[in-house]
Amino acid sequence: MSTTLEPVPHRAAAGLLDPKLLLTSLPDAVKKLDPRVMVKNPVMFVVEVGSVVTTVAAIADPSVFAWAITAWLWLTTVFANLAEAVAEGRGKAQADTLRRTKSDATARRLVDWPASSAEEEVAGTALRLGDHVVVEAGQVIPGDGDVVEGIASVDESAITGESAPVIRESGGDRSAVTGGTKVLSDRIVVRIGSEPGKTFIDRMIALVEGAARQKTPNEIALNILLASLTIVFLIAVVTLQPMATYAGAPQPTVVLVALIVALIPTTIGALLSAIGIAGMDRLVQRNVLAMSGRAVEAAGDVNTLLLDKTGTITLGNRQAAEFRPAGGVTVEELADAAQLSSLADETPEGRSIVVLAKTGYGLRARAQGELAHAEWVPFTAQTRMSGVDLPEGDGRQVRKGAAASVANWVTGHGGSVGPEVAQLVDGISAAGGTPLVVADREGERPPRVLGVIHLKDVVKEGMRERFAELRRMGIKTVMITGDNPLTARAIAEEAGVDDFLAEATPEDKMALIKKEQEGGKLVAMTGDGTNDAPALAQADVGVAMNTGTMAAKEAGNMVDLDSNPTKLIEIVEIGKQLLITRGALTTFSIANDVAKYFAIIPAMFAGVYPGLSHLNIMGLHSPTSAITSAIVFNALVIVGLIPLALRGVKYRPSDAGSLLSRNIGVYGLGGLVVPFLGIKLIDLVVQFVPGLS
Amino acid sequence: MGDTLAGWLQAIALVGALALCYRPLGDYIARLLTTSKHLRAERALYRVVGVDGDADQRWPVYLRSVLAFSALSVLFLYGLIRLQTHLLLSLGVPEMEAHQAWNTAISFTTNTNWQSYSGESAMGHLVQMAGLAVQNFVSAAVGIAVVAALIRGFTRNRTDRVGNFWVDLTRISLRLLLPIAIVFALVLAANGVVQNFHGFHEVTTLTGGQQAVPGGPVASQEVIKLLGTNGGGFYNANSAHPFENPTGFTNLVEVFLLLVIAFSLPRTFGRMVGDHRQGYAIVAVMGLFWVASAALITFFEHQHGGTALQAAGAAMEGKEQRFGIAGSSLFAASTTLTSTGAVNSFHDSYSPFGGGLTIFNMMLGEIAPGGTGSGLYGMLILAVVAVFVAGLMVGRTPEYLGKKLGGREMKFASLYILTTPALVLIGAGTAIALPGERAGMLNSGPHGFSEVLYAFTSAANNNGSAFAGITVNTAWYDTALGLAMVFGRFLPMVFVLALAGSLARQQPVPASAGTLPTHRPLFVGLLSGVVLIVVGLTYFPALALGPIAEGLH
Repeated sequence: MSTTLEPVPHRAAAGLLDPKLLLTSLPDAVKKLDPRVMVKNPVMFVVEVGSVVTTVAAIADPSVFAWAITAWLWLTTVFANLAEAVAEGRGKAQADTLRRTKSDATARRLVDWPASSAEEEVAGTALRLGDHVVVEAGQVIPGDGDVVEGIASVDESAITGESAPVIRESGGDRSAVTGGTKVLSDRIVVRIGSEPGKTFIDRMIALVEGAARQKTPNEIALNILLASLTIVFLIAVVTLQPMATYAGAPQPTVVLVALIVALIPTTIGALLSAIGIAGMDRLVQRNVLAMSGRAVEAAGDVNTLLLDKTGTITLGNRQAAEFRPAGGVTVEELADAAQLSSLADETPEGRSIVVLAKTGYGLRARAQGELAHAEWVPFTAQTRMSGVDLPEGDGRQVRKGAAASVANWVTGHGGSVGPEVAQLVDGISAAGGTPLVVADREGERPPRVLGVIHLKDVVKEGMRERFAELRRMGIKTVMITGDNPLTARAIAEEAGVDDFLAEATPEDKMALIKKEQEGGKLVAMTGDGTNDAPALAQADVGVAMNTGTMAAKEAGNMVDLDSNPTKLIEIVEIGKQLLITRGALTTFSIANDVAKYFAIIPAMFAGVYPGLSHLNIMGLHSPTSAITSAIVFNALVIVGLIPLALRGVKYRPSDAGSLLSRNIGVYGLGGLVVPFLGIKLIDLVVQFVPGLS
Repeated sequence: MGDTLAGWLQAIALVGALALCYRPLGDYIARLLTTSKHLRAERALYRVVGVDGDADQRWPVYLRSVLAFSALSVLFLYGLIRLQTHLLLSLGVPEMEAHQAWNTAISFTTNTNWQSYSGESAMGHLVQMAGLAVQNFVSAAVGIAVVAALIRGFTRNRTDRVGNFWVDLTRISLRLLLPIAIVFALVLAANGVVQNFHGFHEVTTLTGGQQAVPGGPVASQEVIKLLGTNGGGFYNANSAHPFENPTGFTNLVEVFLLLVIAFSLPRTFGRMVGDHRQGYAIVAVMGLFWVASAALITFFEHQHGGTALQAAGAAMEGKEQRFGIAGSSLFAASTTLTSTGAVNSFHDSYSPFGGGLTIFNMMLGEIAPGGTGSGLYGMLILAVVAVFVAGLMVGRTPEYLGKKLGGREMKFASLYILTTPALVLIGAGTAIALPGERAGMLNSGPHGFSEVLYAFTSAANNNGSAFAGITVNTAWYDTALGLAMVFGRFLPMVFVLALAGSLARQQPVPASAGTLPTHRPLFVGLLSGVVLIVVGLTYFPALALGPIAEGLH
């Protein structure tokens, strides 16, 4: 499990494009030329129809120019398909790996469990919802479900890629098992929770392959806009012919088709579906499975993030932060006693006390043999204390534990607890920490309180910056914790979250989500337990931890295979990056048209209206070379932008205004300027091609 | 006073007057569109017509009301024109042909006021007053009513009601247009615009010739012609006629009138959505285009080459001496940017780029500031498109004023921006392909094509002005341009009201730091860019074969 955070600032990282993929995807790209497939993408369908028309025109009236345009139009279509094929190809490779884990192992179904333990052998595919199966060490779990009896270590590397085995046990929040994973030890009974063909692995395969891919709401809206722009340009070019005829310059079909293709938004049309597939893929690379593209988009829109305190905002355990001695005791004395009492304490809190004593007061672990006769007093739920009894001299007892328990021990042996200790304890509690009182007793003398250890939640490094970043992005963070409001407030302030929900029950969580949603906000959360399931289902983005229960995984719309709740922040960034990539390439695509007009319009009409040659500001060589160059540029820019479409545009968390000015600068102005340069450069080459000069 | 200085003073006075009116007039319109109080006269009217003035309509009902009202208006006007020879005050004008009467009825109902007839020789006083002037009021009111419904789409939440068309129509006519019209009719009349019930006067001119000079209720009609961005002149010469627009001062008043409502409506918008900055952003984009266009046209008219023109000092052909270049250019820019279509000079005679700009102004879709109401809704639709693309670029589902722009919203916005270019280009393309219709052109070459392009641009955008050379009172042009006007007016309204309905249903998204700000200069620049690019790309080939080919030597 990886919990390390990337340094800030950072960018949503992305997979690299293997150039070989471009070649290997070529057959798929050609296969996609099937008009029944192409028609789903209106922009590229127009290009394909245009290619057919120019082919016919080139056959009827052959010329180098006609064939050059025809060839490049077909290439434009193929390049668009290539973008999609490459994006899908990366998913397919992952799907193949997953498929290998889908064995057709037989299952040991329990008949009439738990009344009897009779077994029967059935095919894994014959299992139905609610069946019970038994799985023992070395066997593969035949389907998704929950452990209802037993505990086992399971190798889930097939799904998570993590080789360390995990523990799965009945009851609680670690009961879910996934079909295709392998039991390494012990024996468990699993209640099957999915129909055959709809298991987690089946869904994963479908998702990464893109088979279940549906257009997302934003994609649909963008497609509508692109389709209408396409229609406008179609009309503009078709009605241009009678106007051109009147002007005395009727245009050849090839030129008109070239103009249409140059004007319609082919760049974004070609890359749109690849961007969507790649967005899902970027999540998969981070071991997050989104059940739908809609969920990824919703992640970009999230207004409120609900984050569990433990494990997300703070490290899992509390740590000693300081020693506060009681009156008349030096801090070194307290540190020494605290360390002594914790040497055998293997809990993270105990270890943190030893660490603090060493780093803060230079106290090293005791010399060999010094504590040979020490008697360790372990922590129990009854005493709520731990410590050590030393035989030296009259004997010394050191205890540390919850304030009330240690106070009882002190007063029970005739000692007294001063008011300043109570003050220390209250002060630490008020600051959101956990006080551990340390006391000792020399021989038969009454015990005395040495002081208090301040244990506190340690906020993960970099979280404050992350939350500030989220605030700049307009996202509110709410910390969810079972702690009392006092503690919760202290941690919330330290971590820099905007709000907190203390003593949170699943119902409180649910109510909070509904309240936010009623205000029109989108809410994202993570969860793992069965009691999180309703909230996960209610949230707009519900990320279930893979370690969680089946119910939680079913309820959420994403599953994090690493079970790392901090990843929610990355998911939001990927969602935003996906939308930005679409917007940026749309802007780029439309801005490109300006240069193409300056190439093609003078080429078409400078013959009859010589004044129009002033529009040839690029100084292109000839009408044929100008039109060819525009079309070649149009096709090449698609290939050139495939890596960007797959990687996503650079995203730095910031407010909307600065994001917009940056992207307009890069993709809007860039989209205006780049084609002028590109077309000119291509023209410098094309003018030497015989028949095009 | 030199022409240039006069031009500057006029422009400054005009901008000052418009700026002064922006807040009070915009706020006043917002109030009358939102108050629940009815005037006694209004209540009486609702009772007579059988309308429940307190019941709001769903968008389809609102749309049906708009369409039904407009259809009835067309029928009534058509009947009135055809029957006028049998009615009072007809002044003995001849009966109008069916296709021309149809074209005229459509033209005035759609706020276009394209005139394929000559006002003084084809229309009697009754039709002018009871037919055309009434439509000048209500067609303007319909435009404002539709934009009111769209604004309510933004301001209302989780409702399927977008307002009551009959109430909006009545209030806008009675409380807004009528009072302003009365005041400024007096101002115009006081400054020499005629207002009487006379017929034709036979007068002897200075050279001894005989001329029939028609009188009529001109001032009362002139004011609403401009205030309602209608543009249909009482006389054929429109605002170039000394009875309609006698002095430089009346000229300035007329330009002011045709701009004042359209430039104040963004304030209404800002007030209704509860954020005046939104209104300022929209009015900034409108103002930017208006200033640029007026400045460029003035520049091109001064620049014009050619021996005769240089001798005259400027391109004075087709312009009135009393207005000069500045007064004419200001009027030309304002009338083509507002869907008014009134003219005080002849755009056909402008320099290629100056005349080209008047075409381009209309191609913008009458949005800067545009027709009464229609200008604002057109601009808001383009704002929706701009917000959509920009919203994606900030990484969120795009939202404008808290309302999400999803597939449904983009469908209506896309259809809107598709409609007018389709009408213009298909119309002009067809006309130029038909040998008979080509003959209607006065000029040959690119200028002749500009005439045809201008006609369809003007009709489909409901402007109504003409590149005067072309002969359009043929059955084909009357029918084709009539269709362009009907579809150019009502299809966009269908999409605007549908969009209003779909916005009103939504639960608003609260704004945050991640929300695209739509009130900053960056957005003003972006929206201006979208307007320019969307329009420029659509019409560039056609413009290249007309004004650009003519202008570049």
